[in-house]
Amino acid sequence: MTRYIIRRLLQAIPLLLFISIMIFVLANAMGDPLASFGGRRRIRSSDRERLTRQLGLDKPITVQYVVWLIGNDWMDIDLDGDGVAEVKGSRKGVLRGDWGKSFMEKRPVSKLIAERLPNTLLLMLVSEIVIIIFSLIIGIYSALKQYTVTDHAITGLSFIGYSMPIFWIALMLMYLLAVKFKQWGLPYFPTVGKYDLSVGPTIEQVAWHMVLPVASISIISIAAYTRYIRSSMLEVINEDYIRTARAKGLTERTILFRHALKNASLPLITLIGLDLPLLLSGAVLTESIFAWPGMGRLFWNAAQDTDIPVLMGVLMLISVAVVVFQIITDIVYTFLDPRIHYD
Amino acid sequence: MATANDISWEDGSPTGRPPQSPVQLAWQRFRRHKMAMVGVGLLLSIMLYVTVGALVFTEDYSNRNDLSITLQPPTAAHPFGTDGTGRDIMARTIYGGQISIIIGFLAVLVSVCVGTSVGAIAGYYGGIVDSILMRMTEAMFNTPQLFLLIILGKMLSGKIPTFQFLGRSFSGSVIVIIGVIGLTSWMYLARIVRANYLALKEREYITAAQCLGTPNWRIISRHILPNTIAPIVVSATLGVASAILSEAYISFLGLGVQAPTATWGNMLDQAYHHLDTEPWMWFFPGMLILLTVLAINFLGDGLRDALDPRTQR
Repeated sequence: MTRYIIRRLLQAIPLLLFISIMIFVLANAMGDPLASFGGRRRIRSSDRERLTRQLGLDKPITVQYVVWLIGNDWMDIDLDGDGVAEVKGSRKGVLRGDWGKSFMEKRPVSKLIAERLPNTLLLMLVSEIVIIIFSLIIGIYSALKQYTVTDHAITGLSFIGYSMPIFWIALMLMYLLAVKFKQWGLPYFPTVGKYDLSVGPTIEQVAWHMVLPVASISIISIAAYTRYIRSSMLEVINEDYIRTARAKGLTERTILFRHALKNASLPLITLIGLDLPLLLSGAVLTESIFAWPGMGRLFWNAAQDTDIPVLMGVLMLISVAVVVFQIITDIVYTFLDPRIHYD
Repeated sequence: MATANDISWEDGSPTGRPPQSPVQLAWQRFRRHKMAMVGVGLLLSIMLYVTVGALVFTEDYSNRNDLSITLQPPTAAHPFGTDGTGRDIMARTIYGGQISIIIGFLAVLVSVCVGTSVGAIAGYYGGIVDSILMRMTEAMFNTPQLFLLIILGKMLSGKIPTFQFLGRSFSGSVIVIIGVIGLTSWMYLARIVRANYLALKEREYITAAQCLGTPNWRIISRHILPNTIAPIVVSATLGVASAILSEAYISFLGLGVQAPTATWGNMLDQAYHHLDTEPWMWFFPGMLILLTVLAINFLGDGLRDALDPRTQR
């Protein structure tokens, strides 16, 4: 098992390198990072030249990538543009934990991400818990009542659920639960931000502000998961070992949760493992709609300004998360299904 | 006169009818699939809406600003209301729908071409070609599609000028969006196709073809491809649904198709600012996206059951 994990981790290294090269080339082709530097004013050409040199953008893209990866403190760079390289570089590179500085905010990327990541994780984990609880309840119920009216209704609704664009769900929820509730004099949900600036970031405030974003994120996934759980439960319920368990006189509850659910949860584990890191990206839309200060918005703002270090930081973090979660998923599999061996 | 019924078939089929071809069997299974039939009906009605509607309203009308009637709620004259510059939303959903659906289909065409070629070449040749292509696929697979869409969308926006086609003028961004969506959604199909090619190339009939000196490209395209068409058709159908959603997502972020061409997605672009006061501006285009995607998902589900009865969902 240890050998398997080590092998998987070693395999991940070239993959991540490949991803970083691909994204680096694309991010550099996105546009001119200096275009939004002066705000509304156009920057002077002498300033532009100086900035290009300072940010290292005058170098060929291969050199820029190497600097991003392993830093430039081993080479001399030419800051004043007289053609003589005189100053030692100060960047350490990603491999030594230096993610570079944001072009726009002039602050380290790691700081920017560290500020936003907890907000996104909070949104993501709460959503994932909501998704798992609701989809398990609905999926199992639907499987136990196969071919009844309720089952058909659930199947129909789940199709509708995952055919909806996420921002449209968000708009509908905002319209109903915030705008209309306010008009009707009911307690209404806030639509933007993480907390009221006048009250401050108390737990109730944050929880209250999370309701709409979490609901929007969850609905699509609940719909998709419900169908998976329903079909894998149906498959398991007809197995011989369930009949055996019944014959032994176990209670329905034990059969359902100890025997059926454990086996039916395998596809669910894969789904969660692949989806968790992807929720980070779904956050781009939800976070921009609900003005939630998370990674998705950080990425979106960086994309608008072509802020390459921030883009690279966010995307690499997500890629690492995807790769790591794939490995974790495969390992969790062996615990749930002892028939699976990796050697 | 001897008819088909008079012939006795060796497999002893009780009906006495000739055995049915796989296509006929699939068609039968498809027709019995209730949800798929609902999907077909729904999709046809949407197609009718965007085509017949175009006969009622002209495209000029859908793009005509009338500042005396901005932001009007639905009335008899404008059943879906009007937008911020007084354009009729119903007419815009009709022309926007045409573009959204065209983008959906063409993007899938791009993605199927790329995905099938990559999968087929990787699976058939194996070895180093396979390794390189699959690492590439995996790298793109591990980067969430929306991020790639945003980066590519921004990279290529404004690069293609407005062009004329069939007497209508289209914003060049239509081409960009088709390419961008197509190039970011082929990875899943490439994996399925590769797996099929890996399995099929070991079969005897392929060895036979190779012994006869059939060129590789012919084996790839004429001998193996037809046997792996079912998953391609299913994944392409479901792909149209997600391509329409992708278009809506990047248009919502303002990187999609640009004016004057309307799409369901870019009609929602400014929806945010009209959330509470003008809900009709975002309700109708969103509803049409939902119905179209739903219809295609139903259809794809039915196709999967019909074409590939062995796979269980």
